[in-house]
Amino acid sequence: MSSTDFTWLIGGPQGSGVESGANIFSKVCAEMGYQIFGKREFYSNIKGEHSYFTVRISDENIHSNVNAVNLMVSFDAETIFRHFDEIVSDGGIIYDSELENVTTDRVNTLDSPFKDRLHEFLESKNKPFTIAGVLEVAKENGVKLYPVSFKSLLQTLSEEVDNPRLRGLVRMYNVLGVSLSLGLIKMPSTSLVDSIDNIFSKKPKIAEINKQAANFSYNYASNNFENFNHVLTGIEKQPDTILVQGHFGTSLGKMVSGCRFQSYYPITPASDESVYLESNEILEIENNRPGSTIVIQTEDEISAIGMMIGAALTGTRSSTSTSGPGFALMTEALGWAGINEVPVVITLYQRSGPSTGLPTRHGQDDLLFTVFAGCGDFPKIVYASGDIEESFYDTGNCFNYSDKYQIPVIHMMDKFLSSSVVTCKKFNPKKISIDRGKLLDKVEGEYKRFAFTDDGISPRSKLGMDNGVFWNTGDESDEYGHITEDPQIRMKMMDKRMSRLDLALESIPLDQQAVSFEVHDYTIISWGSTKGPIIDAQSMLKKEGIDIGFVQIKLIHPFPTEYVKSLLKDAKVLIDIEANYSGQFGKIFKQNITREIDYHILKYTGRGMTSTEIYDSLKKIIENKAEKREILSHGA
Amino acid sequence: MAPKLADYKTDVHNDWCPGCGDFGIVNALQMALFEMGIERDKATIFSGIGCSGKTSHFINTYGVHTLHGRVLTFAQGGKLANPDMTVVAVGGDGDGLGIGAGHFVAAGRRNIDMTYIIFDNGVYGLTKGQASPTLKLGEKTKSLPSPNTNSNVNPIGLAVASGFTFVARGYSYDVRHLKDLIVKAVKHKGLAFLDVLQPCPTYNDINTRDWYTGADLANDSMERHSRIYKLEDTDFDPTVNYAGETEVNEKLSQALVKSLEWGDKIPTGVFYQNELVSPFSTRITDKIPNYLENPPAKQIISDDGLPNTDISKILDSLDV
Repeated sequence: MSSTDFTWLIGGPQGSGVESGANIFSKVCAEMGYQIFGKREFYSNIKGEHSYFTVRISDENIHSNVNAVNLMVSFDAETIFRHFDEIVSDGGIIYDSELENVTTDRVNTLDSPFKDRLHEFLESKNKPFTIAGVLEVAKENGVKLYPVSFKSLLQTLSEEVDNPRLRGLVRMYNVLGVSLSLGLIKMPSTSLVDSIDNIFSKKPKIAEINKQAANFSYNYASNNFENFNHVLTGIEKQPDTILVQGHFGTSLGKMVSGCRFQSYYPITPASDESVYLESNEILEIENNRPGSTIVIQTEDEISAIGMMIGAALTGTRSSTSTSGPGFALMTEALGWAGINEVPVVITLYQRSGPSTGLPTRHGQDDLLFTVFAGCGDFPKIVYASGDIEESFYDTGNCFNYSDKYQIPVIHMMDKFLSSSVVTCKKFNPKKISIDRGKLLDKVEGEYKRFAFTDDGISPRSKLGMDNGVFWNTGDESDEYGHITEDPQIRMKMMDKRMSRLDLALESIPLDQQAVSFEVHDYTIISWGSTKGPIIDAQSMLKKEGIDIGFVQIKLIHPFPTEYVKSLLKDAKVLIDIEANYSGQFGKIFKQNITREIDYHILKYTGRGMTSTEIYDSLKKIIENKAEKREILSHGA
Repeated sequence: MAPKLADYKTDVHNDWCPGCGDFGIVNALQMALFEMGIERDKATIFSGIGCSGKTSHFINTYGVHTLHGRVLTFAQGGKLANPDMTVVAVGGDGDGLGIGAGHFVAAGRRNIDMTYIIFDNGVYGLTKGQASPTLKLGEKTKSLPSPNTNSNVNPIGLAVASGFTFVARGYSYDVRHLKDLIVKAVKHKGLAFLDVLQPCPTYNDINTRDWYTGADLANDSMERHSRIYKLEDTDFDPTVNYAGETEVNEKLSQALVKSLEWGDKIPTGVFYQNELVSPFSTRITDKIPNYLENPPAKQIISDDGLPNTDISKILDSLDV
């Protein structure tokens, strides 16, 4: 066990500053040298519904959440009702003592299925349906309670600093909660004030009163709360560490890769990326005038993909970012990009479907749809990133694949990644290369955009280029790009286009196709954001002397059959782990590699997997006590 | 060497029906490009799907034959990334006002400097003559099983209401006049819309060439009674000269009222023009000052295979 492995939870109604509170907390802990894995859960709602943030802090590298929560801070009743049972026995709850008499019926955002389950539980424990009731249960479990009246705290503070406006400023409850927590765990407060300045950099006045409140409540906790079992006083910082949010990997990756056009239609959880790109639309260029990314919010996703393709035809590296429902609208044009050999990158931040599904929750259930998206046979690449750091470099690779093979690339991300806040190694832009394939600088002589060549890739002109006139069409075409229905040309064109799937498999470096994190008798196969919790579960088991292998497949279409087969040759029991109902990746695996998968660990609650749940299921598998389909369900 | 008119024609076999109104439009477009001296490789014709969608293959400039209803999306993306290029989008009335109507309205709001020409014939020709959005309620063209049950869209009115800053109508058998309108549309600074009345000799047996020329209205003296007349031959003034709200509203209203004129008198020419509305490129340069000198298509993104974009300031702000 590492000496520090601590999870903090903050919850509150949407719009009450849970996220900024968590950002301050994460920043302070990261500044004190800890590794952070933070995760936000929220409803499809603007104001009022329950949202919460868990931040896991460790002195080792971590890649996931765990089930256990060590300290919860809550300034509303709903958070306590929903999470009191997640706090471990030596943990603590800091809560607003004004809430003790609140009954479950007074919290109108508690939905009845949840309330029924809670009532049944409290009845069995012979407790009242109140905050005091659930806190008694927690206390009986060994949880330490830290009641404090948030109202009185502000009252006292306002008198102390002689600012009557502070009284009743409930918007500051989040900062009070964060500071009380930091005071309780004795986290040095040096960076607290800086973090607040950082978060409220555009609102200096608000920063000022928040800083007063922070110092005051931090001291209050230090002086008044009785000792807590967890003390986190800081460790030596690891060099070159950054604290990033989920969409930073692909956004910054796009800037560095030279993506200069992004069209999008608002959709959770993808739009953050586009908004971030627009917020940083003017780019610094080494030894040159500034560059820019043109970010266009379109009328729908059909327009987003159409504009992206139009821009890509001018030779501009172009992209769009969307989620499942938006991608569904894009599929006709995806085929157009396929038949016209247009290099484009679609960043697909999956959420939980079908249809609108769970629009703010996690899922990996668009894989089969993505691999088979579009009518007709055409080549595309489907590529999946496992974590935020990886997604930065993968974005660079995706643009190179699209340019080299003149093919649409779908870069799979998801809600688990997009709503994480993590520490990782600082991105190194110079590790991204830019390969534009057969994009021409000039054209001499007769030009045929779709000329037959030995490797199936034709030199590519761009709209507006001297002497490079060409035609595109969604119909089958001849070498110039004019419509043809000739059966022989059709066959040659089809062969030409589809041949690049083989070319991609031959020429994409193997370590970009799949990554082996050891192979043992029991070996996991998986894709995408499950990587983090799998790696952490793997090392938990390793500490107990149990070796489990893991092969992460990143290139999913075309499927690297031979390579994956060779990686898995010594594995005896295969375990597929993914966040969907039907084991979609498992189906693709079996379609390509005729080999049975022994176990599936699946989750489709809309919440991401924790390493604890994966660990538990793997343990059951090894002890031969597992079901063929292990279904996970942790998380509120 | 200056290009000749013939240079704008491809040798692709044209498979439109004999007598199709589309021929007049493609000729007018080639003549307009020639007259303006636009180099072949500095213009792109984007087209939709249907008979009119084949237009891009007959014109010897860059040609992008896109998807049904989506031509404006491709065209706007191309123009935004490479604003130096002349962009003309073409498509049928079903393409632009049926399946693509959402894009039509959204394009008006942006006012990107390009031209959109609708080949307006009231039917879906390539799928054998179903009713299209401009066919009037109760009309029964040749292959309809029963009279049309939908009211028609008013293309001019919709364009004016959506924010197009140049709105005009042409007639495909008056090629010279149409060519003049295309030249005006292309030169217009902002998004230009051109509704071209284009008889479909195969499926629209109501709005035929004879009908437009008023053969049914002619009396015994064989006097000309063409339904088509030109707004420029009247005292109609389509142009907004000052940015004042009153004048803009007047010009918008008169264009809308004029667009309702149909039957024995059908106006062609310019209905509305307002160059005082900022083109989209100006809205971008307000945020990104060097956009027009260094647009996406011209930017250099790498140096010897390595990225040249410097994100170190952003990365440093994320340091812990």
